Amino acid sequence: MLHIVNKSPLTSNTLDSCLSTATGGDILLIEDGVYAVTRGNAVEAKLRAAMGQFRVHVLMPDLEARGLGDRLVEGVLPVDYAGFVELAASNKTCQSWL
Amino acid sequence: MKFGIVVNEGPYQHQASDSAYLFTKAAIENGHEVWRVFFYHDGVNNASRLTEPPQDDRHIVNRWSKLAEEHKVDLVVCVAAALRRGIKEENLAQGFRISGLGQLVEAGIKCDRLVTFGD
Amino acid sequence: MSEVKKFMFVNRKAPYGTIYALESLEVVLITAAFDQDVSLMFLDDGVYQLKKGQQTKGIETKNFSPAYRALEDYDVEKLYVEKESMQARGLTEEDLLVSVTVLSRAEMGALMDEQDVVLSY
Repeated sequence: MLHIVNKSPLTSNTLDSCLSTATGGDILLIEDGVYAVTRGNAVEAKLRAAMGQFRVHVLMPDLEARGLGDRLVEGVLPVDYAGFVELAASNKTCQSWL
Repeated sequence: MKFGIVVNEGPYQHQASDSAYLFTKAAIENGHEVWRVFFYHDGVNNASRLTEPPQDDRHIVNRWSKLAEEHKVDLVVCVAAALRRGIKEENLAQGFRISGLGQLVEAGIKCDRLVTFGD
Repeated sequence: MSEVKKFMFVNRKAPYGTIYALESLEVVLITAAFDQDVSLMFLDDGVYQLKKGQQTKGIETKNFSPAYRALEDYDVEKLYVEKESMQARGLTEEDLLVSVTVLSRAEMGALMDEQDVVLSY
């Protein structure tokens, strides 16, 4: 299952809720969700811990738009929109954590 | 693969419509079919023909219309949500049609994947 | 339409502050009318949608909470509430206006994995 998160982890509990509920699989961070995968942010440790259980992806155009394209936490998998489509296609279902 | 897309936010206020559009475009470019895009909640505002962004900004509404024309993407606006927000046949942009929520459920049933964009 | 899919509605938003809860309920009813296998999950602030005793006169907005009680008439009987979300809000099952199944986060996650279509509001 693909879980899509689009909220900053610093203002919303959405990523937390996703991480504590989802059983595993792929997580894709888009829009303001991309702040979670930047080095030095307050939830970096939590994100790194989650990477043991999930494959964590980030939509690079959203990260680059926010001026943080060079701060990607190591091990997070960068994708473009074609990669996003591929993730949606390869998982049986996808849930947007709105 | 057959995709259904749901857009729950209006244009310009939230990135959802942009993300949905770029996803849809990428899906088509990569050989998939986008069978229907369903606009719900404030997403119905994506269908307003009266939208006039500044010259140097992207035209979100026309971009959807163009996609519908070039790739036969079915753009459906929820009637109940639309009427609540003043979107009617008379101000509906090209390529969009107004219909019931059943069209969303049908997309869920008929498509291999349903991807939602919202807030 | 004979095809039946498992639709899950994940409700994470409180009522009235935004329209999502109300309009989501409208999709639930239509989905049930299409004879699909429908379940509703209430997580985080979504739990507030089910609070008993909503009085909306003062905000001049329709109280749509009785509609949750009508779900049964549409054969929508799978209502799941996440335990920690409920506890974190000082609520118990007694506070809810319909009978629900209370599940842990992990059980909710496993249930999500079984679905064909997940709609989150």
